[in-house]
Amino acid sequence: MIEQARTKTYRLHLMVCAGTGCVSNHSFEIKTALEAEILRRGLENEVSVVPTGCNGFCERGPILVVQPGNIFYQQLAVKDVPHLVEEHFLKGRPVFKLMYSPPETKTPVPVLGDIPFFKKQVLIALRNRGLIDPEKIDEAIARDGYRAMIKALTEMTPEKIIAEITLSGLRGRGGAGFPTGLKWQLVRNALSPNGGQKYIVCNGDEGDPGAFMDRSILEADPHAIIEGMVIGAKAVGATAGFVYVRNEYPLAVERLGTALRQAREYGLLGRDILGTGFDFDIQVKRGAGAFVCGEETALLGSIEGRLGEPRPRPPYPAQSGLWGKPTCINNVETWANVPAIISRGAKWYAGIGTPTSKGTKVFSLVGKINNTGLVEVPMGISLREIIYDIGGGIPGGKAFKAVQTGGPSGGCIPKEKIDLPIDYESLSAAGSMMGSGGMVIMDEDTCMVDIARYFLTFTHEESCGKCTPCREGTKAMLDILTRITEGKGIPEDIVLLEQLAQAIKDSALCGLGKTAPNPVLTTLRYFRDEYEAHIRQKKCPAHVCRQLNTYTIDPRLCLDKGRGCDVCRRNCASEAITGRKNEAHAIIPSQCIKCGICFDVCAFGAVKVD
Amino acid sequence: MPKLTIQDLEKIREQARFAMAVREGGEFRAKVNVHMGTCGIAAGARTIMTALMKEVETRSLHDVLLTSSGCAGLCSQEPMITVELAGRPPVKYANLTEMKIREIFDKHILGGAIVKDWALGIGSENTEP
Repeated sequence: MIEQARTKTYRLHLMVCAGTGCVSNHSFEIKTALEAEILRRGLENEVSVVPTGCNGFCERGPILVVQPGNIFYQQLAVKDVPHLVEEHFLKGRPVFKLMYSPPETKTPVPVLGDIPFFKKQVLIALRNRGLIDPEKIDEAIARDGYRAMIKALTEMTPEKIIAEITLSGLRGRGGAGFPTGLKWQLVRNALSPNGGQKYIVCNGDEGDPGAFMDRSILEADPHAIIEGMVIGAKAVGATAGFVYVRNEYPLAVERLGTALRQAREYGLLGRDILGTGFDFDIQVKRGAGAFVCGEETALLGSIEGRLGEPRPRPPYPAQSGLWGKPTCINNVETWANVPAIISRGAKWYAGIGTPTSKGTKVFSLVGKINNTGLVEVPMGISLREIIYDIGGGIPGGKAFKAVQTGGPSGGCIPKEKIDLPIDYESLSAAGSMMGSGGMVIMDEDTCMVDIARYFLTFTHEESCGKCTPCREGTKAMLDILTRITEGKGIPEDIVLLEQLAQAIKDSALCGLGKTAPNPVLTTLRYFRDEYEAHIRQKKCPAHVCRQLNTYTIDPRLCLDKGRGCDVCRRNCASEAITGRKNEAHAIIPSQCIKCGICFDVCAFGAVKVD
Repeated sequence: MPKLTIQDLEKIREQARFAMAVREGGEFRAKVNVHMGTCGIAAGARTIMTALMKEVETRSLHDVLLTSSGCAGLCSQEPMITVELAGRPPVKYANLTEMKIREIFDKHILGGAIVKDWALGIGSENTEP
């Protein structure tokens, strides 16, 4: 079976995106339809359909890239398939109407590499993006998979591997940015009690709202993670490893499981790997989706079968991790970078990025952005390039207001800092953090107090409750924020929020608590006027906090444009609108519950909000 | 299955790389375009494509690219192909059969010598108005 797959050649390879985003847009149905139509046309020996991991341009899914030629088709429907197969795959005439047209030119761009979204990206962690079927180990191998592992196992001493990683400047991609080489050295130096066992762990517990880098890498290129972990194992002297991944990532769990099985069959895992005498194997541990389990000590507890609660550090996992043994824990994306560094050399890697942050970073672009998706860019790129050049700007011609980096632990960076070059230091200086790489873009319609409240709701819910500052502190802050958004804030609230935030930062047990106040602190730092408007004028400048809004109907517009269409009155839940058809309507303030439905349903812009 | 050695893995790499060569978009020694309009298909262009694919596969060539395109406008002389060796002007062949394909493959695509008997012409149509 494998033999046949290996030697069979096709003149066309149809790379169908089978990342979670496209799968939920029915890309498997597209794949089935393609296969059926190819069979019907008798092209089955000429054209092959290949499911791949996430292509990155999730906004435009389901996506199909045709090789050779790198022709990019987007937003495919099953009904497009017969035409596409006949025209392009049989008769060689690409179908322009199924291609991407940038909004500014409206001209189809056939080749993927010419699309602005892809142009500025540099792929290292995502090097196999769209080029392999993640469930076929041979395809990963063809793209130089496991070559770095062989080099590390046969030509390099542990010291040499660590020196290479250190020299590359690679830092933890999970958020904090700890130098990876240094971490490995600490684990290597640590003495393991009662006979030598050390562990390697891959942290795939990606919990930030709007972040999907780790999931995409696990789904698209699981062998890169396995290979990275074997290299790490040799470097630190470990013989067993774990990948901790959330059970709510079923596709990632399945593809990782397949990859591990195939790697074991080939002897790339297990005893005496490829006859080199090195033993190492990996188990998958599925998490139940608790945000706190992304914190390394909580994650290790969860692997051991205990409650996923953090514990004080030190001792750090490098000294005492899983079952008290030295443990090297790195994030999915960090592991994905390791084989590339070993293959191409530390100097090459260190040549990309900024003085303190080397290489590339994968970001997931979400929120108010035209091109939602997964991007990998060199460190030092500006927010402007990510948001406008790659992300295609803000939908509906709205103005960019802020971007939340680092998820609920990060902070909001305002539009004034849009030219900030992104690296670990610059984001920290701006009050945010790299985090795992989620970027939530906000436009002028976003209320910054409400956003702070949203993120704090998340961290408060996800707080494990072990330490008081996080459990009670986030609750207290959330109560204040909720009060402010309801128009019940008092001037002292701002000072109180700042004091609470500082106290939680200083005293919480783990990273979750220590970073939870960040969204509040950064919005206070950059958008203090919005807090003040909520508290002093009892107004929400973005009109998001509806309790602070006043709704009125412009009688002229209502009558002239809408001819008193009566839709608002019929939809009003509290009978607060007066008027009949062909009459100007009005809102009775005392009866209005400020639900905003009249504003939403009026097609003539006659309902005004202030 | 028995565990692999490093040499086995390299063999797998080579084979899989061959099968996946068209995805990489690198340099190709030759590009062969089969004219696959309705006229071409009716005259047997599909058989021509199959014959070309067989040549590529049996000879394990990873740098010969096979493509299709629409009608070239000379429907009476289908099936036709255009052979384009890297850095040389394209050559059109007409009235093809499987037997002719084998010869063109040996002499022109691999050997670099145009098979004059069946060549229709050298160069492409002028696409500028």
